[in-house]
Amino acid sequence: MKHSIANFKDAAAVAFVALLLFGPFLGLELDDNNTGNLTLSTRPGLLAIAVGLTFVARLLALFWQDQFGKQERSTRFIKLSGQYGLFTAPLILAAAKVPFLAPAAKFMAALMTSGRFMAPLLLIVAVTMPFWPGLDESYVDLGVLIMTYVMLGWGLNIVVGLAGLLDLGYVAFYAVGAYTFALLSENYGFSFWECLPICGILAAAWGIFLGFPVLRLRGDYLAIVTLAFGEIIRLVITNWVAFTGGPNGIIGIPHPTLFGLKFSMLGGPGTFAGFFGITPDPSQRTDYLYYIILLLALLTNWVTLRLRRQPLGRAWEALREDEIACRSLGINLRNTKLTAFAIGAMFGGFAGCFFSTREGFIDPTSFTFIESATVLAIVVLGGAGSQLGVCFAAIVMIGVPALLQELAVYRMLIFGIALVTIMVVRPRGFISTRKPSVSLGKPKIIGADMVSEGRG
Amino acid sequence: MTDTLLTVSNLTMRFGGLTAVNAVGFTAKRGDITAVIGPNGAGKTTLFNCITGFYKPSEGSIEIAHADGTKMLLNKLPGHSIAKKGKVARTFQNIRLFSGMTVLENLMVAQHNELQASTGFGVLAILGLGRYRAAEKAAIERAKFWLNATNLTDRADDPAGSLPYGAQRRLEIARAMCTGPVLLCLDEPAAGLNPRESAALNDLLLQIRADGCSLLLIEHDMGVVMKISDHIIVLDHGKKIADGTPEFIRNDATVISAYLGEGDDDDPDAPIAETHEAAETAP
Repeated sequence: MKHSIANFKDAAAVAFVALLLFGPFLGLELDDNNTGNLTLSTRPGLLAIAVGLTFVARLLALFWQDQFGKQERSTRFIKLSGQYGLFTAPLILAAAKVPFLAPAAKFMAALMTSGRFMAPLLLIVAVTMPFWPGLDESYVDLGVLIMTYVMLGWGLNIVVGLAGLLDLGYVAFYAVGAYTFALLSENYGFSFWECLPICGILAAAWGIFLGFPVLRLRGDYLAIVTLAFGEIIRLVITNWVAFTGGPNGIIGIPHPTLFGLKFSMLGGPGTFAGFFGITPDPSQRTDYLYYIILLLALLTNWVTLRLRRQPLGRAWEALREDEIACRSLGINLRNTKLTAFAIGAMFGGFAGCFFSTREGFIDPTSFTFIESATVLAIVVLGGAGSQLGVCFAAIVMIGVPALLQELAVYRMLIFGIALVTIMVVRPRGFISTRKPSVSLGKPKIIGADMVSEGRG
Repeated sequence: MTDTLLTVSNLTMRFGGLTAVNAVGFTAKRGDITAVIGPNGAGKTTLFNCITGFYKPSEGSIEIAHADGTKMLLNKLPGHSIAKKGKVARTFQNIRLFSGMTVLENLMVAQHNELQASTGFGVLAILGLGRYRAAEKAAIERAKFWLNATNLTDRADDPAGSLPYGAQRRLEIARAMCTGPVLLCLDEPAAGLNPRESAALNDLLLQIRADGCSLLLIEHDMGVVMKISDHIIVLDHGKKIADGTPEFIRNDATVISAYLGEGDDDDPDAPIAETHEAAETAP
């Protein structure tokens, strides 16, 4: 009986915190009573429901813990979610009391480690997606967006995941790629395919250029300087009006062509539809863009996977594990770090080039810090160093908010709760294990506890 | 096999007002095991860090003479070239392995420079062309040789961080040997090993010497030092106080008062026990 009083107190405390948190979020509302003035109104009912739900959920969670808590590992999960439940309140708590969640987490872990089956499956899904009957064109468009972030994630994964260098300014290279194509096409009439390699090379050059000053920096200091570089690029783009168009951006960037065939609504000779004698349809261009980015992303993945099995890739991972030991083995730290920056930046440049051809219009607002943060979150959420993890994380980070569009204001709330839940259940990301790059016998998967996260 | 390999002359290392190594000079012969001993804080590890390029000495020079007659000033080489061109490898007092990588991967990383040269700037190897495949095969063979020598073959695919302490020490030596050095610098290789492991270490070091690699070794364990060293240098307060064969050092009055202690000559371990307690500052 004593126990239930303690539980009651505990639940009341949690409900009180929920009241403080939800008070301003749910309890208050701005109205514009049709006169143009904003007035503040209260929603006590909604607030009461939220707090009440938190109270009940916490009480049930504690009760469940008392009843079944002793025997299994799910207790740890309940306790954890209990702690974090303070912040994310009713939903996570409600979820925590559902008994199948612990096995579900286990299942998820097993699923995530079985890259052998998941990777081909994902590839098949990705390749066939535009042909699924009855699939709305907007989903293919969303696929293009997700794939762009998968590619950015894979690019940044080289720097953060493999080399262990925390880069908060990755968007700079994305911007360099995008503006390179936009400016070359505007001023010299270059096409997408001509510009693609140039964008990659220029972004890589910027990667090396920005990499030089930060060679000696590590950890938090490196993060701050790279963050500043990202901002410098954005500010230069914004303020150098004569060159980049400043805040007005650049319009009329050409769309990619297929061996010279344009994707035009008008049809006729010289267009894709005209050449193959089919009815022009906007979906043709979307599908084409989809396959371009799929190809670029797969190229990124392929190069990374090959590099991992090579001296350079191993040197990156060794750098993440121990810089001093690397030096004692005769590894040139400067070159190793710069190649990581350059190759990561190159793929960022490719993605930027694709971004500007897809949008047809770019301006500096597309290259703010939030982009760097999103890409870094994808890498961290996926599990630094894991290619497959980045895929899942990009789907979660980009796909879920887009699919939840109908939920309007609650979208970000649910999204936030989902992210916290994932990080509680899997603190080192979806796939935190590491597969050896070479082995004598059957390769053994290395647990996350062994693998260093890198100190930059 | 009696020519000079390493010549350290007038080596001085100052940290602000502190002179950690003061005008130390010695030579190490090719094919010898040269030991550097002395009390904690005598400047042994600083000396090592100067030789292996982790510190740039304030004064003096370190010269290595390779068998083909080329001579190099190690204090003028950039840090990573000491292992690459100078062919000097080292281990660390506090073990520094790539713990998230497998034992085999650790040995492959050590062969980075040779392997990288065969990848055609990475491009050819990505495309699966060139001679990288053959080079990798050779590197694995070399790794297997050292795995065998250090008795780690059955742990090859385990993460280095999961090995027991003694095995980690052996792996660090194997990793250093995979860089193909002419001089291997060992910073307290026997620290924390039990007597049986220590004896096995002696055998390993003697085998390395027999294979043609000279050794420079910091060690407190006199059982190891007196048994296998050909030449001993004693440091105290940054200065060299003695230099000679094990017999000479054992009977040297200055060394006995500074380090070995006025104990029973037949039991040199006894007075040294206390020096094991405190760890020296690592690089």
